[in-house]
Amino acid sequence: MNIRQSFMLALKSLSSSKMRSFLTMLGIIIGIAAVIILVSLMSGLTNKVVNTFEDLGANLITVNISGRGGNRSVSPADIESFMAENEDTLLYTSPSVSFSATVKVGNKNVTPSATGVGENYERIKDSEVQLGRHIAYADVAERTKNCVIGTYLVSELFDKQNPIGQTLSINGLPFTVVGVLKESGDSTEYSADNAILIPYTTAQQLSYSKINTYLFSAVDKDHIDKATTILEDFLTERFSSKDFFSVTNLTSIVDELNSLIGTMTTILVGIAAISLLVGGIGIMNIMLVSVTERIREIGIRKSLGATPWDILGQFVVEACVTSGAGGVIGILLGMVGAAFASKIIGIEVVTPPQSILIAFSVSTAIGIIFGYLPAKKASRLNPIDALRHD
Amino acid sequence: MINLTDIYKIYSDGDSEIRALDGISLHVAKGEFVSIVGSSGSGKSTCMNIIGCLDVPTKGTYYLNGTDVSTMREKELAHIRNQELGFVFQQYNLIPKLSILENVELPLLYRGIPSGKRRQMAMESLDRVGIADRAKKLPSQLSGGQQQRVSIARALAGNPSVILADEPTGALDSKTGREVLAFMRQLHEDGTTVVLITHDNSIAQEIPRIVRIQDGKIISDIVKEDAK
Repeated sequence: MNIRQSFMLALKSLSSSKMRSFLTMLGIIIGIAAVIILVSLMSGLTNKVVNTFEDLGANLITVNISGRGGNRSVSPADIESFMAENEDTLLYTSPSVSFSATVKVGNKNVTPSATGVGENYERIKDSEVQLGRHIAYADVAERTKNCVIGTYLVSELFDKQNPIGQTLSINGLPFTVVGVLKESGDSTEYSADNAILIPYTTAQQLSYSKINTYLFSAVDKDHIDKATTILEDFLTERFSSKDFFSVTNLTSIVDELNSLIGTMTTILVGIAAISLLVGGIGIMNIMLVSVTERIREIGIRKSLGATPWDILGQFVVEACVTSGAGGVIGILLGMVGAAFASKIIGIEVVTPPQSILIAFSVSTAIGIIFGYLPAKKASRLNPIDALRHD
Repeated sequence: MINLTDIYKIYSDGDSEIRALDGISLHVAKGEFVSIVGSSGSGKSTCMNIIGCLDVPTKGTYYLNGTDVSTMREKELAHIRNQELGFVFQQYNLIPKLSILENVELPLLYRGIPSGKRRQMAMESLDRVGIADRAKKLPSQLSGGQQQRVSIARALAGNPSVILADEPTGALDSKTGREVLAFMRQLHEDGTTVVLITHDNSIAQEIPRIVRIQDGKIISDIVKEDAK
């Protein structure tokens, strides 16, 4: 008897008791559907994280300098000459000076994330203005008191009126608004729209601090690793140690996040897989009942010349078809469920093709593993006893 | 054809042992029609199981068509059952959820014959017992006599060298039983070796050779010259 015949026989046997077959499959259906939904959602989440970081500027490399002794910083001029030496790798640089700021207009005040930046900041961060202009070279060179503000400040301080040319005060000093950043979050206090940018030279004066952070962009994504390396080498030489600065790029952060999400996926899928185990035991249980019910049939088949191997094959294939069909239904249900869940939580889901393949293989394998014991029992029946069985 | 020599089948139950077959020797030539007669518990069923390669003897040798089958393993026995033997049971033993045709195809399926050829052989066999028009029906849709004819067709399908019939008329009324018996005789006249097991003397009387078994021993072996 060949596989195709066993397969047809199994289909026939399953379709003769549809309700039971369905209930047997249910464990597998639920298990596979749960795994598919989880994998889809997690891979959707991964894509979202990667996209979010790409929006932040995938080419971005951040250098933080803690410095040692009297040698606590690297001057913008040194950075400029370093840039000139490596223009085939590095494209733009901008100092970044964070400081705490209280911004006031009249009696309204907010405390945005305040940063002193260079004229290339907009290119490194892919940050655009929706009104006015960005911080320019002239602002930096002349330490102007100009600022660019986020949309949260426009709504809080200027009642959503055009703020260009208006005056506001930062830590008591008057600044002129020259630009409004494009909305990047949802314009609330806790979004990236609660921000204010001023020239870094002005920021240094305000906060009496050295420049501790530089932002760089590589010429393209493929040069990020090389750019990171040459920056590390340059700073290691400068400080004779690797302990006084850090060079990070988003690629490494994204990699770390991805591996974190991967771990979470593994744990969640592991939990979902328990229901697959339960489903497998369900199949074993039903197959044992089925063998008992069909002892006489097994006896007849044996008397007609079925070898133990034929009987074993018949029951294993039957278990496989049950769990495989359950797997297919589970995959379809999982994809529908994932699409539904994506609507609710607002993540675009992608079901990875290999997860479908793996889910199908696993469900079929469950049939083989859990169908084997009952099938072995059937194949070992003594034909005489089986024939006499009522 | 069938050659049993000093066959013992002993079931031991702790200290006591039960001799279901106690030294049986039997020779059946090709083309013979033999009945094995005995009361319940006489050992005739055990004898039938051993002839049918469903069981192996504790002691003794059994040659079927010149092959020693008394020491074979389950897989080889299955092969012999498939190739050499055709069973007709008292309870017909058709598989309820398979059609008549599929039931008759079963021995050919296990022989590995491709589906087209299998169908053709099964139909020929059903034709031989005059029931080909019911091929698509399920066993439950047929009368007892018809079901027994299907089981004969199934036994014949693979052209076995021996047909073994275990109380083939036992579940039938006397008229249909007689029809089945007539059919057995027809098979015999066509040259098939038939071994029929029964407890019913009136049936045995119609068969040319009667082997009587009692307490696991053959007590008589009569060949009637005039039996038809």
